Amino acid sequence: MSDVVHEFTDQNFENDVLQADVPVLIDFWAIWCGPCKAIAPVIEEIATEYENKIKVGKVDVDQNQNTAMQFGVRSIPTLLLIKNGKVANQIVGAVPKENITKVLDEVL
Amino acid sequence: MKRNIIIIGSGPAGLTSAIYSARANLKPLVFEGVQPGGQLTITTDVENYPGFSEGIMGPDLMNEFRTQAQRFGADCQFRTVDKVDLSEGEFKVWSGENEYNSKAIIISTGASAKLLGIESEKELMGHGVSACATCDGFFYKDKKVLVVGGGDSAMEEATFLTKFAKEVVIIHRREEFRASKIMIDRALSNPKISVSWNSVINEIIGNKKDGVSGVKIKDSVTGDVREEKCDGVFMAIGHTPNSQLFGDYLELDSNGYIKTQPDSTKTNIDGVFACGDVQDHVYRQAVTAAGTGCMAAIESERWLENNFI
Repeated sequence: MSDVVHEFTDQNFENDVLQADVPVLIDFWAIWCGPCKAIAPVIEEIATEYENKIKVGKVDVDQNQNTAMQFGVRSIPTLLLIKNGKVANQIVGAVPKENITKVLDEVL
Repeated sequence: MKRNIIIIGSGPAGLTSAIYSARANLKPLVFEGVQPGGQLTITTDVENYPGFSEGIMGPDLMNEFRTQAQRFGADCQFRTVDKVDLSEGEFKVWSGENEYNSKAIIISTGASAKLLGIESEKELMGHGVSACATCDGFFYKDKKVLVVGGGDSAMEEATFLTKFAKEVVIIHRREEFRASKIMIDRALSNPKISVSWNSVINEIIGNKKDGVSGVKIKDSVTGDVREEKCDGVFMAIGHTPNSQLFGDYLELDSNGYIKTQPDSTKTNIDGVFACGDVQDHVYRQAVTAAGTGCMAAIESERWLENNFI
């Protein structure tokens, strides 16, 4: 994983995401999910382009089932945008980059 | 800049045409679309693609296709085409704000899972309703799920889901399956799988937060409506060709498949070729898609030679 994309876990989620002072984009994924692989490079690009404006990270649902359950994730990839500890928006499935940046630009 | 070839779609058909076009030094631009690698990326083991005696994972196979195309100079972009202009000799393609021009076009946009088309299904997609068992089965450990359909993909999904779910019910609108015998036997011999015949889902019950809690099922013989509790619903009711973008220009058959000339990938517009599942409702295999992708590349190369050199 690159240094611009954080790794969120059940353990650090509260601190690193819910308490964060910037909006956080979270990519719920798993190693066995084809569409997740497709979207991964886009998430990295976004992390680089929006550095300092938002925080970007991934949650491996295999290892962090509590967090996935807490947000009712039943399909991956799911992208969650969290602002001030609350879900500001949600995207299910692999979508083009423009769809994601549009959602980001709305909250920034 | 006017390109030689734009390929729309990145499944076995699109990427095979990319490999051939790239090796012919035509520097194809490939629009990968929303699902790079195509339908195989949401399958598990591919057991019938020649050359892999032990089988290969769908996503791995498609990764190889892509790497092979890129090795010869194909420009693969994770972008989606949202508009085309196929007026003869002036092919234009738009992705977001960007316009691209090309001498020839290869369409390999494939097919997508069909949905029931009811409101509650749309609302709960990703929240208990799924068209991809391999992606989402994991979230249904020890739960009860329904699989809607009666073909090979329904049998495959039902069997796959038993790895996670405690109970799988296949919901089928007729009283017999159209799946192949080997797939039916595999599914029905599994003690976790049962079948609800003559059953049509009218409504999916649930909400985005808590997911799906059940469905309303209509018996297509008696007309009775009953509720069935479940935690998830997986759609496997067939596929629909992704030809919507091209309907203003290309001849489609009554099911929306692009019409191609016999033994050819030529469409009704000179310089526009179609290959793979978007023009094939008969075979729909990775290897036949790759075969027609190769045909499209060779035919477009000849067409370019005859018209531009």
